[in-house]
Amino acid sequence: MAGPAPGRERWAGGAAGRTLDRWMPRVLLLLSLVSVVTTVGIVLTLAGETAVFFRAVSPVEFLTGRQWTPLFADKHFGILPLLAGTMMITAIALLIAIPLGLGSAIYLSEYASDRARRILKPVLELLAGIPTIVYGYFALTFITQVVLKRLFPDISVFNALSAGIAVGIMVTPLISSLSEDAMAAVPRRLRDGAYALGATRWEVASQVVLPAALSGVISSVVLAFSRAIGETMIVAVAAGSTPRLTWNPLESVQTMTGYIVQAALGDVGHGGLEYTSLFAVGITLFLFTLGMNLLALYIRGRFREAYQ
Amino acid sequence: MARVLEAGAAARAVGVPAAAHLRRRRRVDRFFRSLCLLATLTGLAVLVVLLADVVADGWRHLDGQFLTRFNSRLPERAGIFPALVGSLWVVGVAAPVLLVLGVGTAVYLEEYGGNSVWARLIKINIDNLAGVPSIIYGILGLALFVRGLGLGTVVLAGALTMALLVLPVVIVATQEALRAVPPSLRHASYALGATRWQTTWRVVLPAALPGILTGTILALSRAIGETAPLIVVGAVTFVRFVPAGLLDPYTVLPIQIYSWIMLPQDAFKELAAAGIIVLLAVLLVMNGLAIYLRNRYQQRW
Repeated sequence: MAGPAPGRERWAGGAAGRTLDRWMPRVLLLLSLVSVVTTVGIVLTLAGETAVFFRAVSPVEFLTGRQWTPLFADKHFGILPLLAGTMMITAIALLIAIPLGLGSAIYLSEYASDRARRILKPVLELLAGIPTIVYGYFALTFITQVVLKRLFPDISVFNALSAGIAVGIMVTPLISSLSEDAMAAVPRRLRDGAYALGATRWEVASQVVLPAALSGVISSVVLAFSRAIGETMIVAVAAGSTPRLTWNPLESVQTMTGYIVQAALGDVGHGGLEYTSLFAVGITLFLFTLGMNLLALYIRGRFREAYQ
Repeated sequence: MARVLEAGAAARAVGVPAAAHLRRRRRVDRFFRSLCLLATLTGLAVLVVLLADVVADGWRHLDGQFLTRFNSRLPERAGIFPALVGSLWVVGVAAPVLLVLGVGTAVYLEEYGGNSVWARLIKINIDNLAGVPSIIYGILGLALFVRGLGLGTVVLAGALTMALLVLPVVIVATQEALRAVPPSLRHASYALGATRWQTTWRVVLPAALPGILTGTILALSRAIGETAPLIVVGAVTFVRFVPAGLLDPYTVLPIQIYSWIMLPQDAFKELAAAGIIVLLAVLLVMNGLAIYLRNRYQQRW
């Protein structure tokens, strides 16, 4: 600033400056409302088109029907096969992600040296940054073709198992990272107390640190669950597009997200039953993930052990 | 672990049966240590195998022509040029929208909102939006931009959908950058007679700029890798032209990759792998840029 007079003029800004100062908070508030409007928009569009859908298909049939054949001449809109496919892939994913994620979290937090942790943690988080279409490619061309074909020679090209494994690998860093954060927040004196009693590292990890960090660990698993339900490209590529009620993970299935992709690619005619079914499936998916996310928030807040 | 070892040595010296018990406990410890290490290394191994698999499948197609050719029904003549340009278009249009909305929201929350009801509502809402599956944003974009505003399946509709999808990332990153600016800077500015907005615009925002840019680049790199929402808002998969404006049809890298994967011939799978290498290279450059910006311009107060 050259001198007091021009400096003051520039800073206080005169009448124009005062007007700007009065109006900017309102402009900023308007900008920040876009995110709220987005949520409202999501709920309204989903609910509106779903209402149209329910005029043609009864909610009871939608929720309890065992056939999903919207693209056939004989149309049935029972969402159970899509739910079953989603749940099977999510279950496989969690069977992979919980042991891998928790094991990594315990190793990073309790066993690894500081230097090893500083290198390993970001590298593991790279797994979360890889686009899901890449996992889809990996599931289809490597997990199925190279690995699973040898173990199960009669496996379908598109199958729930390979998609589940790939989704599991994708959500592993979510569990390992958030759980490691929760474990790192457990105060050192709790560990030192246990060590002073002669406990081994594993005893400290499993009987002191894990229980103290349990709310963070469980909420990370719930978030992983929610992410797995909403995962789209891996299942669209690797799981196939055959909605069916089955317990066999070697068969092709279809998930809720898989159906949305299939319907969207089919250039759904506006207003047709296929178009509105997209929204009915979408709102089911939305409510599931919203419930999971709220549950994770609740667990983290309700059961958190607070340490000074 | 010295204390535990001493305890074991003492127990062995006096010959109490606790020695056998302690040996067993140490074996259990070693067993679980190996198991946890194995879990960590499995993640790393998968990462290595995944990258090696993609490179092994796709490297033969990687040359200058692959980057500059249009798509083709003959795999040996197909290229990724329109998808690459389409991705740049979507990100380029989404970036200013993101900056205005994201930084505006964060500035309101950090500098003006305080603990008001609106501010708390917006915060809770952002937490929830971050957990909504990306394909749901695609459905919103389809209903709102493609059909509602009647834009059709054009660059602008895709870019707006993407901007809404990654908005929470930019808001949270900007909030953290603003919080890192020490209050003493603001107080100094007020003491010179500056108004609140002048302080925000000329003092706080410039100081927070590196953090804001880093967050925005990371958000855009997530947008580049996203496929599902753009499939729903109709980024077409076979374009023989490059978008020239906001209202032109387009395709993007991940969707081009997806459509090649779903073709039955193996040659197209190799093309998909080559496309994945290009996509990962773009992401690597963007993340590298973000890290560089953070390290180069980050201020410690």
